Amino acid sequence: MSEHIMSSKLYYGIWITLMILTVVTAKVAFIDLGPFNTVVALVIATCKALLVVLFFMHVKYASEKLTRMVIISSIFWLLILLFLSLADYSTRALGHG
Amino acid sequence: MATAAITAEREHYLNKEYGIRSWLLTTDHKRIALLYLMSITFFFFIGGFFALLIRLELLTPAGDLVQADTYNKLFTMHGMVMIFFFLIPSIPAVLGNFLVPIMIGAKDLAFPRINLLSWYLYIIAGVMMLHCIVTGGVDTGWTFYTPFSTAFSNTKVIEAGLAIFVAGFSSILTGLNFVVTIHRMRAPGMTWSRLPLFIWAHYATSIIQLLGTPVLAITLVLVVFERVFHLGIFDPTRGGDPLLFQHLFWFYSHPAVYIMILPSMGVVTEIIPCFSRKRIFGYHAVALSSIAIAVFGFLVWAHHMFVAGISLYSALIFSILSYLVAIPSAIKVFNWTATMYKGSITFSTPMLYAFGFIGLFTMGGLTGLFLSALGIDVHVTDTYFVVAHFHYIMVGGAVMGYLGGMHFWWPKISGRMYPEWLGKFAALIVFLGFNLTFFPQFVLGYLGMPRRYWQYPPEFQVLNVLSTAGSTILAVGYVLPMLYFLWSMRYGKIADDNPWGAAGLEWKTTSPPPTFNFEETPEVTWEAYNYDEIPAPVEVSLER
Amino acid sequence: MSDSPIAVEQHAEHGPELRHHFETAEQQRNAASLGMWIFLGTEIMFFGGMFCAYLIYRLNYFNEFAAGSRSLDVTLGTVNTMVLICSSLTVALGVRAAQMGKRTLLVILLLLTIVFGFAFLGIKGIEWYDKYKEHHIPGASFDASDLIRDYPQIHIDPSHEQLYFSLYFAMTGLHALHMIIGVGIFAFLTFHAWKGRYTPHYYTPIEIGGLYWHFVDIVWIYLFPLLYLIDRKPLG
Repeated sequence: MSEHIMSSKLYYGIWITLMILTVVTAKVAFIDLGPFNTVVALVIATCKALLVVLFFMHVKYASEKLTRMVIISSIFWLLILLFLSLADYSTRALGHG
Repeated sequence: MATAAITAEREHYLNKEYGIRSWLLTTDHKRIALLYLMSITFFFFIGGFFALLIRLELLTPAGDLVQADTYNKLFTMHGMVMIFFFLIPSIPAVLGNFLVPIMIGAKDLAFPRINLLSWYLYIIAGVMMLHCIVTGGVDTGWTFYTPFSTAFSNTKVIEAGLAIFVAGFSSILTGLNFVVTIHRMRAPGMTWSRLPLFIWAHYATSIIQLLGTPVLAITLVLVVFERVFHLGIFDPTRGGDPLLFQHLFWFYSHPAVYIMILPSMGVVTEIIPCFSRKRIFGYHAVALSSIAIAVFGFLVWAHHMFVAGISLYSALIFSILSYLVAIPSAIKVFNWTATMYKGSITFSTPMLYAFGFIGLFTMGGLTGLFLSALGIDVHVTDTYFVVAHFHYIMVGGAVMGYLGGMHFWWPKISGRMYPEWLGKFAALIVFLGFNLTFFPQFVLGYLGMPRRYWQYPPEFQVLNVLSTAGSTILAVGYVLPMLYFLWSMRYGKIADDNPWGAAGLEWKTTSPPPTFNFEETPEVTWEAYNYDEIPAPVEVSLER
Repeated sequence: MSDSPIAVEQHAEHGPELRHHFETAEQQRNAASLGMWIFLGTEIMFFGGMFCAYLIYRLNYFNEFAAGSRSLDVTLGTVNTMVLICSSLTVALGVRAAQMGKRTLLVILLLLTIVFGFAFLGIKGIEWYDKYKEHHIPGASFDASDLIRDYPQIHIDPSHEQLYFSLYFAMTGLHALHMIIGVGIFAFLTFHAWKGRYTPHYYTPIEIGGLYWHFVDIVWIYLFPLLYLIDRKPLG
């Protein structure tokens, strides 16, 4: 798949970023941001996941469209499961249950 | 496998090696297909046996053949075995395994050893299921609804759940193999637009297997955990929601029905152009409709839960989406019909099955639309109307397609012709037996007879008797092909490379094919279904 | 395999790792890579079912989920997250070492990955043992009275609390199982790397083993905030 050899400096940079983001996640949880705590936590987690996917898993530099299609489709399908189930649960209290 | 002296000189996949090890350790996709053929046929008859017992009990209104608890086990085992051990593997694991590499010009699937692993997982799952059956069976219905399955049933829920879990992985690996193969192993010149639509259908099926089956797997794991550790995930007395189980279960199990029908549609799409001597009408529409069915099929699952307690608003959404999913199927039916228009029709056995498929699948599909309408569903859900609906699709559709495909490709697989007149005769018996079995069930359901009941009010008896009579005829229709296919392996007419004059790379190699499928890797320079260029074969002989 | 002249010719051109149903080594590599990515897609759906259960119950029983979350040790969870990130680094550097043909470095990095894997599992074991001591393991001995006592300002239904812990153990348990399998895979890779099987021309197993490991890391990246950090706001 990938012939492109990444620099180890880039890998160390990504690693440091991930470690910092981990500490940030943990610390921010103790600050009261109201409903945004969850949002912030998930956004940071997604940034971390993206860094792993794009750099450690070589998707940014050395992958083809098909790989991205597989990743995006899987996530999209998970979202179908989550959101259509929510369509039921979130509307149960309205009117006829 | 005995071959006549005439073909003994030429080496092909059947006579390359003999002995049980060469079969049990094979990585040849064609041999694995035959291993699957034997296994799924075995389970088909097990599932059929349970069906006959059900129909026997329902001959009389009283519950007099078996006890109620036993009856629950009968319909549960019938459903589990037929769905997970026959229908879901059937066409992909037999015809798909055999044909996908050949149709695209490859030597084998991308991962031959994983293909063999798939079969072994299926066998392990099958042994687990058989053990479950002989040690008492399960009575939850194939749908495993909670909290009955997790908290109250005294039967072997855990074992059945784990058996299906293992079978699910067999299914996932087959799907994975097909997708990678179709993307990476096509011969030079075999572009996506030149692929047989059988391949498109299996590609779409594989996507469903890959994205849906894992959710069933985790759901069964959670059911097992709940039974073993008494967790309350789906148990209302412990804070859980039984509907969550149903959401997770049907998220897979609805797309599963498309796993069962799409390959069959792919078979029909190969048969009809061949016996109409015409290119398929609307190639791209048919290809994309397979993908559309795979995608839309994931958006409709809660139509199985309309009366279970979901919110009315979500029921409305799922109802509308369920109407949408019928559209791509309708597109296929129109295109098959348009293909036959002004074609030169031959009523061969495969074509008879294809005709049967179109008629019966259409009826099954249209009654699905009835069920998608909330107002109607409230009355006929959990009645025999639903039972008839899905049997029209699964049996009238999927099984007819499977039989049509087995007859169509039998010369390629075995190097022998089956006896044509017997084939036509059996097809007619199947069609008649099927309709007699299941049409009365539409009426029964509309009149209010609930499903999964082992006794019923006397006014329903006549229709039940008709249905049981039909089932015995249907059974004869199914046994006949098994017998004459076996017979043909020794005594059947030796088949040409292309006895039907069909298009497709599989017909350009020998019958049976050599182990690596082609003497030389083909290079494709022609479009699919080029029937304007292929001469029609000599009329199929009615002898033998 | 037929002995036609063409076949013999092709036979001479490739290394021993090329399987004969493939035309070229590149085709084989691309097939393996696509196969692993698709498998990871199925794993997203496999874990996804439990994420769905988690989502529904967290929305409906937020108080109990918050209380249960607070009973987990954030420090241990954070450390474990960092352990996995370190292991992803060693995996990525390992693939790079294989690409450059540095066998000793590759073996060291693979071994380090396994060490990090064991460290993660060890810390997880400690956490589970803590839950055992606190009677938070679902089942007959489950007891939420300590949480009810600690959080008098919210109403805690013990059965809903048990649901949180059911999901906690199911999700971290399934994740740990995948870690164990990952360690097994990497032990296999380490052995073969030590034997010199992987070269710049053929390091596909390292690459796809690495993809699997990174995926297991990503699952934990989501599990950590969702299980440990549901509501850590200072109590009023």
